[in-house]
Amino acid sequence: MVVGVSADEAVDGLFHALADATRRDIVRRCLRGESSVSQLAAAYPMSFAAVQKHVAVLERAGLVSKERRGREQLVRTDVDAVRRARRALDQLETAWRGRVDRMARLLAEVPDPDASAPSRGRRR
Amino acid sequence: MTVTSVDKDVDRLTLTVVAEFDAAIERVWRMWADPRLLERWWGPVSHPATVDEHDLSVGGAVRYVLSGPDGQTTRGWWRVTNVDPPVSLDFVDGFAEPDGTPITERSTMTVQVRLARHKGGTRMEVRSVFSSREDMEQLARMGALDLFVQSVGQMDALLVG
Repeated sequence: MVVGVSADEAVDGLFHALADATRRDIVRRCLRGESSVSQLAAAYPMSFAAVQKHVAVLERAGLVSKERRGREQLVRTDVDAVRRARRALDQLETAWRGRVDRMARLLAEVPDPDASAPSRGRRR
Repeated sequence: MTVTSVDKDVDRLTLTVVAEFDAAIERVWRMWADPRLLERWWGPVSHPATVDEHDLSVGGAVRYVLSGPDGQTTRGWWRVTNVDPPVSLDFVDGFAEPDGTPITERSTMTVQVRLARHKGGTRMEVRSVFSSREDMEQLARMGALDLFVQSVGQMDALLVG
């Protein structure tokens, strides 16, 4: 795993929350404007309870906030949380760039077994 | 520059990095297949990796420890889901408890590595996808994680014996 990216518990929750297609769709939908839980439930081929569960996961991850207005529960996406997901991917990119650089350096350093005499034991 | 392209898909939580190396495909494969080489590039300079189990066969496990400058360690594991030397390797990468047991509540990453001969060197494509808990549950249903715990137990038994 990547230290500093997923080691962050908050980011962990974010990725878990976004790793589901329905939840991603809810985040997108509620980015354009708030939606009630019943409106969301009507949009997906699943029970009200199932949609409510998805909203709860998103809420725990800080991706959406819920507000009660009359009999309705309105869901709204937190734009900052979406930015956090973007940032986590940026950090993952940095991590992989580092790995690729270290691989390239190591490839330049470790002699080509076909081009030189066989190595005597491996270095740690 | 070694990295030739980076693609980030926030929607799919996927990062694809393409790199080109001025080295034969077999040598780039060894970077993954030789644990002593793997531990020299897997962790960042601040958190070098020590690989203490390395089985690149389907269902096989890799276990490693990342050691930070403050003496703190982070345990990680791979579960290999596909391997075809020297061109492809797929695995799930996750965090583990200090005793090596996979932590299923935390996010994992599905990593796909593809190597190809390219312009006298090697092109490497690495696709990392943050996996959902559902993926982990499927892995658990397949018994993949139980097997893992078993192999860790065997390791511990060997160390005690």
